[in-house]
Parts: sequence; structure tokens; C-alpha cells
Amino acid sequence: MHFTLHIWRQENARAKGHFETYEIDNISDECSFLEMLDQLNEKLINDHIAHPVCFDNDCREGICGMCGLYINGRPHGNDDGVTTCQLHMRHFHDGDEIWIEPWRAKAFPVIKDLVVDRTAFDKIIQAGGYISATTGGVPDANNILVPKHKADQAMDAAACIGCGACVAACKNASAMLFVGAKVSHLALLPQGRPEAADRVHKMVCKMDELGFGSCTNTYACEAECPKQIKRQNIARLNRQWIGQLFGRDRNN
Amino acid sequence: MKLDSKIPEGPLSEKWTRYKSSQKLVNPANKRKLDIIVVGTGLAGASAAASLGALGFHVDIFCIQDSPRRAHSIAAQGGINAAKNYQNDGDSVERLFKDTIKGGDYRAREANVYRLAEVSGNIIDQCVAQGVPFARDYSGLLDNRSFGGAQVSRTFYARGQTGQQLLLGAYGALSREIARGTVTLHERCEMMDLVVIDGRARGIIVRNLVSGELERYAAHAVVLCSGGYGNVYYLSTNAMNSNGSAAWVCHRRGAAFANPCYVQIHPTCIPVHGDYQSKLTLMSESLRNDGRIWVPKKKEDSEAIRRGEKGPNDIAEEDRDYYLERRYPAFGNLVPRDVASRAAKERCDAGYGVGSTGLAVYLDFADAIRRLGRDVVEQKYGNLFQMYQKITDQDPYQVPMMIYPAIHYTMGGLWVDYELQTTIPGLFAAGEANFSDHGANRLGASALMQGLADGYFVLPYTLQNYLADQIYVGKIKPEGPEFDEAEASVRARLDSLIAIGRNSQDPHSNHSVDHYHKALGKVMWEYCGMARSKESLGIAEKKVAELEEDFYQHVYIPGKPLEMNPELEKAYRLADYFELARLIIADATQREESCGGHFRVEHQTEDGETLRDDQNFMFVAAWEYQGHDKPELMHKEELNYEYIQIVKRNYK
Repeated sequence: MHFTLHIWRQENARAKGHFETYEIDNISDECSFLEMLDQLNEKLINDHIAHPVCFDNDCREGICGMCGLYINGRPHGNDDGVTTCQLHMRHFHDGDEIWIEPWRAKAFPVIKDLVVDRTAFDKIIQAGGYISATTGGVPDANNILVPKHKADQAMDAAACIGCGACVAACKNASAMLFVGAKVSHLALLPQGRPEAADRVHKMVCKMDELGFGSCTNTYACEAECPKQIKRQNIARLNRQWIGQLFGRDRNN
Repeated sequence: MKLDSKIPEGPLSEKWTRYKSSQKLVNPANKRKLDIIVVGTGLAGASAAASLGALGFHVDIFCIQDSPRRAHSIAAQGGINAAKNYQNDGDSVERLFKDTIKGGDYRAREANVYRLAEVSGNIIDQCVAQGVPFARDYSGLLDNRSFGGAQVSRTFYARGQTGQQLLLGAYGALSREIARGTVTLHERCEMMDLVVIDGRARGIIVRNLVSGELERYAAHAVVLCSGGYGNVYYLSTNAMNSNGSAAWVCHRRGAAFANPCYVQIHPTCIPVHGDYQSKLTLMSESLRNDGRIWVPKKKEDSEAIRRGEKGPNDIAEEDRDYYLERRYPAFGNLVPRDVASRAAKERCDAGYGVGSTGLAVYLDFADAIRRLGRDVVEQKYGNLFQMYQKITDQDPYQVPMMIYPAIHYTMGGLWVDYELQTTIPGLFAAGEANFSDHGANRLGASALMQGLADGYFVLPYTLQNYLADQIYVGKIKPEGPEFDEAEASVRARLDSLIAIGRNSQDPHSNHSVDHYHKALGKVMWEYCGMARSKESLGIAEKKVAELEEDFYQHVYIPGKPLEMNPELEKAYRLADYFELARLIIADATQREESCGGHFRVEHQTEDGETLRDDQNFMFVAAWEYQGHDKPELMHKEELNYEYIQIVKRNYK
């Protein structure tokens, strides 16, 4: 297969970026999108055409959340329920033009080429996205009963990989799906209840402070989430938020 | 070099209790005056840093990714073992201990393994308290599944994403300590060297992967949790950036490296399909609970499948060879990984393999779907099936999966004593980075157990024992000749690597880093992989040396050291892999026996099983670095089995 690639190149955070066009040939339809970029880089290096394109990637099996490219206007490209590393070239046609950009969001500044800084997500978690259980001194695991359907729902929410596709997909660059997923995961479990009100308060305030936009219920985030995290998590976040505003569960 | 394992006195079951009751402690006011460096944020690193921070120590933690949540523990699928005996099926600490020792083919240290089994239950308690959403049954109690090498169900799981959920638990605990200010996080930073002052580990040199600048950090102790070195084989189930360099620079500075030839090859991975391939994807061992592994009984059927004339569903039941069930009736499809991998290789080498290359076997769920229904199978393994389908474009509910063994985990690593301290005082190693608990083969669902045991429940004790007299030393500052020397040597190494391709007369004789890494991987897989012989190891040694020489003449690294430069990162990691590959080959050559993941074709039974030589090889091989061009020096730690009765490892 042959492709024409338009790739965002930007030397560093302060430099001005632009699109560069590259041609690439002999790509197997069984190869993954990132393996296609590997082959492009190999060519750029061997032919001394340009410096290789920087892009974040690590596990290449869709779980670490490191990779994330905006491909032809969609985060993680045109296949549903996958990360960029699991996108395969069989989803493209021979001769396609492909536009590749980094995530675009104020809270995720570009570091170089297609690499962005997502430490804002870590800061939201540090604000309270955990259960305070110091090592040792906890009860036997089976002393805490969790109804199966609650555990399953919590697991659905906990499947979030923190890739940032929800923010990239949102016209407001809102992080509500990411925050909603973490708030839901912990609020659904009995272990997470004691801190639930405080948690939602701190995480939402931190999210606003870091420059993420507001949610206007378009649900582009849900449509593009590689782990298919549901918008119900945003609704649960809103319920938790309103509940704590009126003092329900606050500091109980 | 002296190897003192420091195993406490007393009966096996009391050793850890005795250790804890007699070790030295640090009082709370002094803890905050002591600094600890933790390298790596996987299960071992994140849990250690969180626990040490909670105790009041000040911790600096480093990861190469953009966030600590991305360490490769995240990709562990199937589960975590613990001797809870919630299923009332005969499990106990003793049983887990014995299974692990046997699984490791009697090449692990008894006292460490016993402690691992002893604290395994606490791990589950801790994780549940943190909100890890483990699978539950309808009563709300925790559910279990079975894994290879065990006849009980002791594996706790969160769908096919157990590693992710455990890591997010530890990452949560770590985030809490970061917010409290006890832990300082340094993301996108790579450890480049260890600083040793007066014989003790006192700091590290780090490369900031965004700016390329070198930075110095000092501490009273350094804890290495940087994972394994499986990527020496290029294609493996490891993440692209997983590497052995942090451990290797410690080895260069004097830490012994133990049992490098013990490499785990996982039987169920998606087979290789092209030269451009960058990694192999694992299909969880948990699939062997319900999946049955087979190849055709008749060679002509296998050949027809390879030509694309037949599919697996065209092969009648009586023409299928469920070779694991045939060879190992007692454990069937749930034999340990090394056994299952070799059996797959044996069938494929004999001409029964399937897929276009003939290097694949079937993992079939038709029986399970008939017995349990598609819904139940989907609930248990849905995300794995989806992952398989996305990669291969085939529906495993309709057609059996095709799988083949691939490099997965490294049992070898930095030599540590009972306290997880290396041969450099003040340098500790935990998780996959050390060698301690899995002998010559790790059982499934035990890596997560070991990483969290080390981080939550071992290091918080043993580090204190070391740090107790460090309160008299005062703050360690990142200055002085040792820091200067370490930083200068890192800078020189980077500059000389980048200069290579630019010195060469003919730029067309240059090659990229990946070119060399792929070539090294092929040599290692071919000649030092699932089956090794004196002859193949000789070839490997020669080929690696040739490749390494060529690398130092013709590798071309674009860009500068002082910028984000992934090609440079790959280059310095590969330079270390060449040295490591040589050591793996040397270790595999000296170990004239077969045990666990190390299979020497000269040493096998009549029916192709591993043949140990307990008389001559019941020892840990701990290697001492002698310089880039010199062979390493081997030291032996004899393994004394006081409690375990040593028998032939038999899963029939």
C-alpha cells in the first residue's frame, strides 16, 4: 500500500509547528499504524531526509495509554474501541492521504512533533483520585463485600487508560470523561465512599484550574474513547458534585 | 566479591517474623531526614515509593514515561496469586511456597520464596482497600481462577486487566504521597549511571528525556525497580521502551548480575507476521483455563492449512492432537509456561505447525463456548478476544486463536540478598529487576505478586534496617568527584555514540539503531532462545560480537544529545544489550544442564523433558563485571534446600 502522510512537525514547545508531507510505499495491510510510522522513520534516517518523527508509544497493545495521534480528524483514527497502536493499516485504502496531528488542548502543550505533555492528568489524580489506604493495617479482603454488579460497573469505569483522547475529541477540551471515570470507579465501591464527597470536589476544582474546558454534553469523548468508557460516568460525576455542594456525604 | 545471602536463623516459617522483630528501625523524626531514590514506577517501584513515603522518608521517584501509570506492569493480564484459600481447595502458604519452588525447577532461594508466599495474602487485602475492582461472585465475595503450575485456584483477577488495576492502585497510593510532599516525581527521566561513594550507593545521574540535559540526584539509598531485560530479543511482549540499562549500569558499577540465562518464553502470544513487526502481543495464560491447545494429528492437514486450503474448523475432532492433554494428563493445558512453550516448539519443528509460517498452534474455545455459553466466555475473556480480533482480523469465537511462544519475562536480574540488597551496599533491587524468587521459571500470576510483595511488605522493613545508622551521615549532596566522574562518563558515552555514524566515510554503509536491534534479536532468538546447545551458543557468541563491532562503526543516530531524541535513547540501551547478550550467552554456556526456561538440548530425558544436574548446578550464578572487553567473572551462591524435598519436576 502507498500513502501520502501530512505530519505535524514542531521542534520544541516554543517553536512554531507546521505540516510536512512524506510519501511511503510498500506498507502491508497487516501492519499497525505505529509500525507504519516506524517504517517512515527508518526511511527518514537511512536517506538522511529529515529527523525522525517523534511520537509517544510504549506497550503497543492498547493498555499503557502512552500513544495518541489525531488521525484524519479523529483521536486514535477511524477504528472504534482501539488506541493508535492497535489501529491497523487495513482500515485505510491504498493511496489514501493521512493527516497526523498531536492532541490539541490548552492543558496538553506540545513538547515535540506529535508528543504532548499530559501531566495535567496526573495532577488531577494527585488532587484526590485515590483511596487513602496506607500500607498495612487493612481488613481481610473478603471482609469488604461488593455486589457483583457494582464491582462490574466500577471495573468498566476503571478501564480508563488516561490517554487523553476524550480531551482531544472535545471541542471544549474538557476532561469530564476522564475525571468522571475515576470518580465513578471509586464512588461505586464501599471502600471509596468515605472520601467520595471530598474527592469529587478536589478533582473538579483541579481540573478547572489546569485549563480544561467545560462539558456541553456533546459526547464526542464517549464516541472516541478507546476503552469505550460510558457517558453515564459524567452523569455520576455531576450527581456526586451536586451532592457534595449540598453537604450530602461531605466529611462523613 | 563475597555473596552473603543473609538468610535469618530459625525455622523457615519463622524467619521473616524473627527478622522483623529484631531489625533496626528509624524513629519518625529521623525518617524525614533520610532520602531514598526509587527508579521505576511499576508495581514494585510505585508500591515501594508509596509505602516508604507514607512511613515518612523522602523519596525521589523516576520514570521514563510521561506518567508513572504507564510502567509496563500495566500490561499484565491474567492475575495475581495469593494463598488465601478462599476456595477451600487445599491452598496454604506452604502449598504456594512449594508450587513456586517446583515451578522454578529448584533454582530459587527457599527463604525468599517462603516470605513471598507468606505476605501474598496481605497484598490482596491492601489492593482491595485501595479500591482495586477484583472480580467477584454473586455473593460479593472475591472470585478466583487457576493458573499454570498449580492445582488450586488462587489467582485473583480483574477481567484481563489485572496488572492495570493493581498498578492504578499503587499509582493512586503514590499520587497521594506526591500530594503530601513525601514523594517527588520525575517523569520522562532515565537513569544513566549509579554514583558510588566510599563503597555505598549514594545517587544517580539522570537524563531528562525532554531537554536531554543530565541531572544529578543524591540519596542515602537507591532502589532499583526498573524491570527486566527481555527486549534484548527485540521481539517480546515487553513495551517498546522497557530496557535493561538501569540495572546494567549498576552492574558496571559493581552489582553482581545473577542467572542472566533464565529467560521466560510465554507459550501464548500472537505469532510473528512480518519484518516490520515491532512487538509481540501476549494472550493471557488465563485463557488456558478454558482454551484447549491443539495441532492436527496428520501432517498433510497441517500442510493444507499452511497453504490456505483448509481451516481449523475443517479438521475433525479425532484428527486433532491436544498434545498438552496427551503428554501431561495431570496438568493438561495448565502446565507451566516453559513446558507449554517447548511442547509447542516440538510440534511445530516436527512439521505439525499451522498458520502461513507453520510457526503457530491453535488455542480453541469451541468446547468452552459449548459448555458455558458465549456470554460467560465473553464475560471472562471479552477484552482479550477483542484485542486478538483487532490485531489479527479474525473472530476467536468462530475460529480458534493462533498462538506461538514469545519472550516474556526475565527471571535473572541483579543479585540480591534476603534484604533485597545488591552487592553494592545501599543499592536495593525489587520486582523483575532482581533475580530472587522465581528460580529458572516463573509461574503465571507470580510477577505481580512479587512486585507488590517487595514494594509494600519487604522493602519498607529491610530498607529501614539499612538506613538506621545513616542518620549520622547527614544530607547527601549531589557533588564531589564521584558525581563529577559519573556525569562526565555518561556525557562521553553519549557523545561517542552520536559521533559514530558521522565519522564513517560512506554514509550509505550506516544503519539505524533498529537495524542492529532487530539483528541482535534474531541471533538471540535463533541461537539462545527456547533451545540452546553448545554449538548454537558458540554461533551466538560469534554473531553478537560481529554485530556489536559493526554497530560501533556504522550506527547512525540523527539529532543532538541535548534534545528529545528517541533514536539516541534506543542507541544507548542497545549498546548495553550487546554486553548483556554476551553475558546471557556465557551463562547459558556454563550451565550444562536444563532447568526451567533454560533448555540445553544436550541435557534432556528420553521424552524431551528438562534434565537437571543437581550435583553440579544447584547454585545461583552471580557475575561480576570486569570491563567492556573482558569476560565476566562468575561467583556461585550454593542453594541449600533444608525444607523442600528435591524431586524430578513432573507435571504428568
